[in-house]
Amino acid sequence: MSEHSQPKAAVKPAFYKSGIKPVWCPGCGHFAVLSALTKALAWLELPREQTALLSGIGCSSRIPAYTDLYGFHGIHGRALALGTGLKAARPELTVLVAGGDGDGLSIGGNHFIHACRRNMDLTYILMDNQVYGMTKGQASPTTDPNWDHSKLTPHGTHMQPFQPAALALAAGASFIARGFSGDPAGMTRLLVEAIQHPGFSVVQVLSPCPTFRPEQKGWKHSIHAWDWEATDDAVEAARRIHADDGMHTGIIFRAERPVWQPVRCQQTTVEAIEQEFVP
Amino acid sequence: MHISLAITGAGGAGVITAGQLLLDLLAAHGLYGLMRRSYGPQIRGGEAASLLRVADQPVYCLDDRFQLMIALDWKNVDRFVDEIPLGAGSLLLHEESAGPVPPEIQREGVRALPVPMKALAAQEKGGRMNSVALGLAARLLNLQPEQAAALLDKRLHRKGEEAVRVAQANFEAGYHWEGLPEPVFSATPASTPPDWTLTGNEGCGLGALRAGVRFVAAYPITPASDMLEWLSPRIEQLNGALIQAEDELASINMAIGAAWGGVPAMTATSGPGLSLMLEGIGLAVASETPVVVVDVMRGGPSTGIPTKSEQADLDQALHGLHGDAPHLVLGPLDVPDCVLTTQWAVHLAEQLQAPAIVLSDQAMGQSRMLARKPAEIQFIGQRKRAESPGTDYQRYAITADGVSPMAIPGTPEGMYTADGLEHEPGGKPSSAALDHVMQLDKRARKLEQHDFGDLWAEMAGEGELAVLTWGSSTGAVREACERFCRQGGRVRMIALRLLLPAQTDKLAQALAGVDHLLVVEQSHSRQFDRYLRAWHALPVQPRVLARPGPVPFTPGEILTELESMS
Ligand SMILES: Cc1ncc(C[n+]2csc(CCOP(=O)(O)OP(=O)(O)O)c2C)c(N)n1
Ligand code: SF4
Repeated sequence: MSEHSQPKAAVKPAFYKSGIKPVWCPGCGHFAVLSALTKALAWLELPREQTALLSGIGCSSRIPAYTDLYGFHGIHGRALALGTGLKAARPELTVLVAGGDGDGLSIGGNHFIHACRRNMDLTYILMDNQVYGMTKGQASPTTDPNWDHSKLTPHGTHMQPFQPAALALAAGASFIARGFSGDPAGMTRLLVEAIQHPGFSVVQVLSPCPTFRPEQKGWKHSIHAWDWEATDDAVEAARRIHADDGMHTGIIFRAERPVWQPVRCQQTTVEAIEQEFVP
Repeated sequence: MHISLAITGAGGAGVITAGQLLLDLLAAHGLYGLMRRSYGPQIRGGEAASLLRVADQPVYCLDDRFQLMIALDWKNVDRFVDEIPLGAGSLLLHEESAGPVPPEIQREGVRALPVPMKALAAQEKGGRMNSVALGLAARLLNLQPEQAAALLDKRLHRKGEEAVRVAQANFEAGYHWEGLPEPVFSATPASTPPDWTLTGNEGCGLGALRAGVRFVAAYPITPASDMLEWLSPRIEQLNGALIQAEDELASINMAIGAAWGGVPAMTATSGPGLSLMLEGIGLAVASETPVVVVDVMRGGPSTGIPTKSEQADLDQALHGLHGDAPHLVLGPLDVPDCVLTTQWAVHLAEQLQAPAIVLSDQAMGQSRMLARKPAEIQFIGQRKRAESPGTDYQRYAITADGVSPMAIPGTPEGMYTADGLEHEPGGKPSSAALDHVMQLDKRARKLEQHDFGDLWAEMAGEGELAVLTWGSSTGAVREACERFCRQGGRVRMIALRLLLPAQTDKLAQALAGVDHLLVVEQSHSRQFDRYLRAWHALPVQPRVLARPGPVPFTPGEILTELESMS
């Protein structure tokens, strides 16, 4: 798999970048996600016009405009619904969806579990910084219960955070991986595999928010790569996820599951349907 | 020549089926008819009624009085009394074993006749009272029993020979029951008989398909679900797809995603679902993505009266979006008009790259009508696409008519990011005052400058007295005006099919010279009246006939109003 990190000579990652300067803070992990994504696209040599990137709202969700793909920056939490509609209507397109932990697991949590369950051929990049960056630093569903730096929850949340991989597994996603924006080459590999996987792929990217979670700069010391191959056994995957500290990276689970796609049946015409209305 | 009848009974007693069969039987006789379904919230064992009107010409509303009522039992019948007004001379056939006529049903001059329907049904093993009731109704309406036998065979065929035989025998037992009085109606076939039967919900579904909708996402809700159930297998046969979404937030966004991909898309819901969709509809406005939302209105607010009709989502459809968000709001005027209005809505949405809300309601959506086939209308509404965008392509370019060519994913060089954030012409987010006003202007302009032609309203009659209405109230208003004219009165009727963008000049012109104005709507807080006064210049202060659902307007009460105004 190591060759994945090297884009082929023919297409350069810059080919997939728009000229728009990101709004992100210096040091934001989202820069590396953008860069890994464009590398993955270059490696796969995907035609830009056949690739769509849809998102919700948040710092992370700004990503489509920074690419030169067909992008849709929608509303908060609904990115997966947009992507689902697009893929159902245009199955031949490569459809990528991106957003933050607030966007995908709080306001859009219902769409997340149902997208896993539906298992359409979409790739979902969950840029997890365990905080709401855009609205200036509130706790998200993946925030540690004792994090008390938000005025909104001055005593911490006192709630167990979601473990995105566990949620995705329980809800039926067929490809689950975790990456780290401090490891762009590893992230590129994961994205290549995720895009190639037929079915719903979830790539959780630990993507630090230095502005509101400066302590996340220390993530580079606590991240460790998994030393095992991806499993297709959900029980084993669950054991690994729950035994883990949430900082392991790599592909956790990969399985063949029925992919939802529009039913193709005997075709007819509107005129023929209208015959039903004759009494 | 027309007659109204109701068949009532506990849910599951088969009164809706009996009503449908009766409607089929009318069609076989070359007669027109309308059947409204009324039922309670229970899934089984509640109450249900088929409310029918039979005529030798198309009928679009129920009548002032019911001449005939067949009650299979008295369960919860009090919940219907307001919807089934009986009067002097009305005939009430009721199941003998169910006891005497309850006082709330009994009216001065109503002829009540106990019939042993249960016993007649029991003559056959597995017999059902609803087939007996069908026989009674057929006899009293002077319909031919041979036609009924053939129809029962056709409709019940898949249940097996025995089921057909039992139903036919039950029908005969009712038809030939010796206690029946003389028929109350004599059927002469219409000179141009009906050639179509449809419900409003089917009509909306068909209108969408006719217009090219090939993607639907929706979440089940009464009374819109039957439209979705109708669409699902059919859209698949047209190379399209219907997704049962996880909720309405998903439905609208899925539809927007599909439409953005170039495939005309729709969702259908009722009031509570429309509330959830509003943010998404705003996204369609800002991102200039065409999408159609059909709202089959029911009693509100909140969960309200899920199974019964009201025209009270108008405020929400007109004003529910945050920000300055120009969009289309349309309302079909009757059952067959659901086809035309929905088709038109899709074309307008596509042509103007804007969301369209279509306000149908339970009364229209779930009524079945025998009608003439709605005309094929060739709309020219097509999406303006950027076929070869070039490197300087600007998705939200400022254009004279406000419509900017849209590059569909797959189009080389057309890549851009659609955005709900305010943006400059290229699509890049911008909070600059100038960009905001330019984009607000163009989005408003494309709707304001569009020529909507003649379909914006249905108009009839002349005179200084006028009635203004919309949606499913139109049927009763139309008939009241016809009766008023037959009495020698003069009245103009205007029923608005296009509510937003408001056709202010056209309505002013239509109302020129009017000195008395009546507004008819089914809402408690006079939403339509307030809309008219906010968006239009009315020549006079209107009189308003407004009331909430579920009791429909009858032509008679509107006629009384007209008489008192002239
Ligand atoms: C309906 C709605 N509610 C609230 C907001 C405000 N809002 C914008 S972004 C955001 C949270 C973003 O957090 P996350 O998705 O984790 O992304 P990040 O900014 O951290 O990358 C919120 C609450 C909104 N835009 N829309
Ligand atoms: S606030 Fe945090 S997430 Fe947002 S751009 Fe800045 S560093 Fe990134």
